[in-house]
Amino acid sequence: MPPDVEALAEQVFAALADPSRRAILAALASGGPATATDLAGRLPITRQAIAKHLALLSEAGLVTAEPGERRRVRYRPRSAPMQVAQQFLAALARDWDSPLNALKDHLDRDAGEAGIPSAESEVMAERERRTA
Amino acid sequence: MGFPDRIERTVELAHPPAKVWAALTTAEGLGTWFGNEAAIDLRPGGLARMSWTGGPTAQMRVERVEEPRVFGFTWQIYGLPEGDPRRTYVEFTLEPAGAGTRLTVVESGFAQLPEDVHGKAFDGNTEGWAKELGELAGYLDAA
Repeated sequence: MPPDVEALAEQVFAALADPSRRAILAALASGGPATATDLAGRLPITRQAIAKHLALLSEAGLVTAEPGERRRVRYRPRSAPMQVAQQFLAALARDWDSPLNALKDHLDRDAGEAGIPSAESEVMAERERRTA
Repeated sequence: MGFPDRIERTVELAHPPAKVWAALTTAEGLGTWFGNEAAIDLRPGGLARMSWTGGPTAQMRVERVEEPRVFGFTWQIYGLPEGDPRRTYVEFTLEPAGAGTRLTVVESGFAQLPEDVHGKAFDGNTEGWAKELGELAGYLDAA
């Protein structure tokens, strides 16, 4: 069954909505794979809470547990779901309104230069004559 | 559903389609109103490029050229890493409207999924680095 973009994005944003989980993901992204104990040493979060968050993150596919002995399991971040969420953000960040306005201005300005009289360019010309 | 796949805008322009077409499909046009500098090989499969002073460069691939009605290209999804193969498709449609033009732009493909979202290719970054570092270690050991 193909995974659903909407569901994947939702998991990512739910995971990122929590400051502890953001801190855990940030620590894994910057420092690489780590055990729950490593993370507890680096973050102001108890080991128990970290284990709970890691379980949730792992279920959402945002981290993977590397095979290992129970207490020594290292978790590493998975970028795939993040990249799906990035696409959602890209759609929100895509701005067509500014370029289309610029196109409109460009065409109008071009028409002005081509000799079609416009009230605005006459005023500008008059101003230039006075300052010259 | 909250994930938008397509973005659509329509504007009325007080200029004939031929003029709008030139603004959309020539290096002079694109490099003036859209980017700060542009180059374009205007044929399906042709490459185009737009750059912004002190900013990014967009690489486009021309897909549809039906003068003066349809111009389409694909480009990389904004904000994704440079090597990411996913692209959105942008299509401009020009319709005469009185003495002017009704211009519609549709950008689609935001909700596409990479083929292998749960697979190996996608963990490229993490695994790539682990592999590179492993190779470096092997190289140093051998030396």
